[in-house]
Amino acid sequence: MSKRIDVNDLDIYYGDFHAVKDVTMTIEPRSVTAFIGPSGCGKSTFLRTLNRMHEVIPGARVDGEVLIDGQNLYAKGVDPVDVRRQVGMVFQRPNPFPTMSIKENVLAGVRLNSKRMSGKAADELAERALRGANLWNEVKDRLDKPGAGLSGGQQQRLCIARAIAIQPEVILMDEPCSALDPISTLAIEDLISDLKTDYTVVIVTHNMQQAARVSDKTGFFNLKATGQPGELVEYDSTQTIFNNPREKATEDYISGRFG
Amino acid sequence: MSAPTDRRPADRDPRTPDDLHHSRLDDVPGIVASTVRPASTRPAWMLAVAFVLVGLALWQLLDLHVAAAVALAFVGYLVVLYVVYLRLGGERVAKDHLVRALVYFAFALAILPLVSLLWTVVAQGAGRAFDPDFLNQTMNGVTGLNDQRYASGEADFVGGAYHAIMGTLIITGMATLISVPIGMFTAIYLVEYGGGNRLSKSIRFFVDVMTGIPSIVAGLFAFALFTQIFGIRDAKMGLAGAVALSVLMIPTVVRNSEEMLRIVPNELREASLALGVPKWRTIAKVVLPTAASGLASGITLAIARVIGETAPLLVAIGYARGLNWNPLEGPMNTLAVYAYFMFTKPLSPAVRDPSLERAWAAALLLVLIVVALNLLARLIAKLFAPKSGR
Repeated sequence: MSKRIDVNDLDIYYGDFHAVKDVTMTIEPRSVTAFIGPSGCGKSTFLRTLNRMHEVIPGARVDGEVLIDGQNLYAKGVDPVDVRRQVGMVFQRPNPFPTMSIKENVLAGVRLNSKRMSGKAADELAERALRGANLWNEVKDRLDKPGAGLSGGQQQRLCIARAIAIQPEVILMDEPCSALDPISTLAIEDLISDLKTDYTVVIVTHNMQQAARVSDKTGFFNLKATGQPGELVEYDSTQTIFNNPREKATEDYISGRFG
Repeated sequence: MSAPTDRRPADRDPRTPDDLHHSRLDDVPGIVASTVRPASTRPAWMLAVAFVLVGLALWQLLDLHVAAAVALAFVGYLVVLYVVYLRLGGERVAKDHLVRALVYFAFALAILPLVSLLWTVVAQGAGRAFDPDFLNQTMNGVTGLNDQRYASGEADFVGGAYHAIMGTLIITGMATLISVPIGMFTAIYLVEYGGGNRLSKSIRFFVDVMTGIPSIVAGLFAFALFTQIFGIRDAKMGLAGAVALSVLMIPTVVRNSEEMLRIVPNELREASLALGVPKWRTIAKVVLPTAASGLASGITLAIARVIGETAPLLVAIGYARGLNWNPLEGPMNTLAVYAYFMFTKPLSPAVRDPSLERAWAAALLLVLIVVALNLLARLIAKLFAPKSGR
């Protein structure tokens, strides 16, 4: 159920502003890939181009190609809606739908895609997704309570359950723990390690220990100066990036000597 | 509290950054922090009571005009309040109490007309408005003679507002049916699709212009439109009134709905889009339900804005004495028009009271309908409100 992502010569623009320059990388299936780098270097922007969520921002466009198992996301005739069903996303701030209960939230992706679903299938799918997000035991007695009533960490796991309920190939996470306390962060990190047995996981984080803990490969994004486009400085196994980086900029950033 | 000079070590330059960092604000040269002493609110209340008595005395004993008495007493209260709290708590506390008094007074001044209006309408209208005969009869065949007989005690009160109540509900309902879809879809375009392009900017501009259209112009527009279609003899009909009201209603619906859709967090749209939900379903299933409570109250406000319109309906619908269920043919009546006619053209110019009674009763019924609509909107808002709690 997981797929390999190849990015070739990808440039991202916001109107006239060149946001990210010339990224080429391969993301392996069934692995966790982390992107680190200073704020504003384009790592979140790049992450969003992997499921065409950047198109929500007016004026955003890309040059180059993103291949998921050989199929270009930006080829003519590819519907962004279809891309997003294959590539799910979890955001920085937990964003459960406030009008829906916990169960409705989990099933939102399936329901809103207007597929017919029997009650039994819905129950099973909700349970499987919630178990997959390590949330089942905490919420199984209150599935009909509103999702907004959960704690921040539970809400974020609810969002992950919601993302995996539509059975994507890839899960993108944009700083999923930055709004959470350390215990909830740990729960999410454990979950990420579990998820990689089934999915390709790509995560953006500001927390370098987190990148070192959960990821197999790490990409370091940087920009030369304000106003310049961000670029992928180094992309290698997490071991190498943190112990023996090739580039001086990477070493400076990781050891905190940045800027 | 004066700055204790012994706090600062004498052997150090007081202006070094290091010292600045560690000292109290009072210790920094060139800064005099204002004093704040805790002060009870009891003097404020006691003064308020005292000056209410002063105002009464000015009014009754010195025979001042009531407005002048209130103004003088209030200004006196402010001055004494300020002086008292300057001594009790310092300048900041005094200013706080001064502004607090101003705010309370402004609030009282603002709700005074509302309370007075409600009181008058209820007092004058309640006698007749709940009379079952008044609610069930029309004005068909009722003349000044009936009123004169009623006034002299020879006959019962006849003539009611049944046709006007039904007309109000039919015409306002039709106007709502016309305006809500148009207004909502316009708002959805502006927020979700327009994104500040030239079309959405011009729509917004024209909606603003429409907000300022005088209601009589809307009535003339509807009348002219229906004259073109049906000819001048048959142009007066309920639908024409509904069209006139929608001209007034649409801009309000657009503006209110736009505000409500705009405050739906973008994160929810992104969450839904990231689940592979198409944009139109995201709007229908996530954005609109999240905004539902606000939309409901916005629409109610728009209805309340037009339900009391008189002038455009007089032009577009005319005035009917009897019940007319068919909004596609002939004049109808509404509560506002009914009240206007009963007040300006009493059935019997010699005996005005029965007609005035009808006018007040119609006004009260109109107020009650608006209140009921507001309650309904609250109920809807509660049903749709984003859920919270564990």
